[in-house]
Amino acid sequence: MATVSIKNLVKSFDKTEVLHGINLDVADGEFIVLVGPSGCGKSTTLRIIAGLEDVSSGEIYIGDKMVNNLEPKHRDIAMVFQNYAIYPHMTVRKNIGFGLRTSKLSKPDREKRIDEVAEILAMTELLERRPSQLSGGQRQRVAIGRAMVRDPAVFLFDEPLSNLDAQLRTQMRLEIKKLHQRVKSTIIFVTHDQVEAMTMADRIVIMKDGDIQQIGTPFEVFHEPANMFVAQFIGAPSMNMIEGVWKDGSVKISNNLSIAMKVERQIADGTKVVLGLRPDDLTVGDEQKLFEGTVHVLEPLGAETLVYVTVDGREVIAKASGRTPPKMGATVSLSADANNMHLFDAKSGEALT
Amino acid sequence: MTTVDNLTVKASSKTLMAIKTGKRPKNMGQIIRWLLLFMGGIAMVTPIAYMISTSLKFPHEVYNLNFIPDEPTIENYTYVLEDGRFFGWFKNSLVIATLTTISNVLFDSLVGYTLCKFRFPGRTIIFVAILSTLMIPTEMLVIPWYLMSQSFGWLDTQWGIMFPGLMTAFGTFLMKQFFETVPDDFIEAARIDGLNELQIWWTVAMPLVKPALAALAIFVFLGNWTAFIWPLIVTNSMEMYTLPVGLSTFGDEADVAWELIMTGAAISTLPTLVVFLVFQRYIIRGVVMAGLKG
Ligand SMILES: Nc1ncnc2c1ncn2[C@@H]1O[C@H](COP(=O)(O)OP(=O)(O)OP(=O)(O)O)[C@@H](O)[C@H]1O
Ligand SMILES: [Mg+2]
Repeated sequence: MATVSIKNLVKSFDKTEVLHGINLDVADGEFIVLVGPSGCGKSTTLRIIAGLEDVSSGEIYIGDKMVNNLEPKHRDIAMVFQNYAIYPHMTVRKNIGFGLRTSKLSKPDREKRIDEVAEILAMTELLERRPSQLSGGQRQRVAIGRAMVRDPAVFLFDEPLSNLDAQLRTQMRLEIKKLHQRVKSTIIFVTHDQVEAMTMADRIVIMKDGDIQQIGTPFEVFHEPANMFVAQFIGAPSMNMIEGVWKDGSVKISNNLSIAMKVERQIADGTKVVLGLRPDDLTVGDEQKLFEGTVHVLEPLGAETLVYVTVDGREVIAKASGRTPPKMGATVSLSADANNMHLFDAKSGEALT
Repeated sequence: MTTVDNLTVKASSKTLMAIKTGKRPKNMGQIIRWLLLFMGGIAMVTPIAYMISTSLKFPHEVYNLNFIPDEPTIENYTYVLEDGRFFGWFKNSLVIATLTTISNVLFDSLVGYTLCKFRFPGRTIIFVAILSTLMIPTEMLVIPWYLMSQSFGWLDTQWGIMFPGLMTAFGTFLMKQFFETVPDDFIEAARIDGLNELQIWWTVAMPLVKPALAALAIFVFLGNWTAFIWPLIVTNSMEMYTLPVGLSTFGDEADVAWELIMTGAAISTLPTLVVFLVFQRYIIRGVVMAGLKG
């Protein structure tokens, strides 16, 4: 168990800088998820922590030790790769035991440790099989077993679930979470799936183009997004973004549409702003009516229905009950609680609420 | 026998069978294909059949071009096997071909692996330099090799016969290409697990390219088993001869003893057959393994 600190991490490949000064402190035993769109530098960050890539500048600490110049094997970490990286020419037992090859344990102790890990992962009967005789989920479990067996201070996962089908992914998500509660190691987990991030993380790190956009608990990044990127990246379907101009405590969207908002900080009149409304917070109904529009697409999801509404020439997504959805082409009123509205600076993208 | 020969033989025997069983060819294209395969098969099998046939003949019958000897005899075999020289040559060839094969399998793959999986300055230049040696024919290299052996005192030794072939550019190239199929993740995972680079090469990368290693082993073994020019040049004493060189000396100045040469050749195909059968298994298993990889 250990803390991990990244200080002013910059990484360039040849002349292209792909990480522009990352700072991150991971507490001991914390489950951190790095999330962001493809190519934002998640894997690169993880590989630098693992020691598979060198830093261009900056410092990496595991525990209190600066590890910039340590080989991966001396960093007390284990890594699980997206395509498992388990060896097809070895049995499951050999694969799991692979991480112990260099340990000082005696042979019987090693076998005991392998059996223990297999027990935890419920794959005792599979120990003598070869990877080709395993399903995708079982292979992933072998890969996790291989990481666990050495009892490392930090686990690194690089999109370990993305090769699995949806159902298995949900199941493995839960298993990894349980595993974390059991071994209490520090985990840094990379994914581009925001649902994975939300469900597993103690804290989420949202990255974009080699920069960190926000670090926060799932609650914080969902309810208090730091900027428009985070607001749109987290949550599905994406937050509705409506452009307007700030005037007299309201967002003026068009000549005949203005929405009043409570904002604590001072905003100059005439500032270009963007109003953010999660589809979940925008419901069909009259109670706290914001505006009206015409329904043009309905997406029934069972318990609720997503309603695509054209308001003043732009499309917004709202939510209606699954039992009594509005009709296509109908004119509906959309309501939202003033507390659930987000306001962003149109130019910088920073949150103003 | 090489794989190609083997396949052709199989294919042409199929053709033969089809003709025998009276299965009618479907169209002109198929007839031509069969005919070509048939001729190919004949071309491959004839020399071997003729070699065996000659080895069963008495000297006076050798120049009759009949396939079935009038008076078959195994006298040639007893003669060759009882002649002490034959075993000496056989042993030389076996030692040289085996050591060269081991050396190629180890060092070609070591260099191929390094060129494939490590980034270092000059990597491309080294690779191109290795490849470019493929374009120089052996005949041109024989004289420099000879001079080199002379100055090092390697003439007429087993080492002298072996040293030019201990690593080959072709083998290095082949292995480099095959190591491309080993995912980097495998190597990095092993690195994190604490193996050093040599251990990773041996325990992770090598087992994954077994089919390529088997193919390389077959090529190198056959190449060295049948090598003629260089062993002929570098050796002087009869005890140092390899099998092909030794066999060519059967008979006297006036008369080449073809029946004995053919007998020796027939016996000498046995180890190549063994090597092929042993390593072929790995090639097939390799294909099966690759097919199952999910
Ligand atoms: N070895 C490399 N050489 C050059 N550029 C690289 C290398 N590895 C990564 N990059 C670049 O660095 C950037 C970040 O890559 P990285 O793999 O970290 O992205 P990622 O966030 O993991 O994306 P994904 O979700 O697709 O895995 C990309 O623009 C990529 O092209
Ligand atoms: Mg990645």
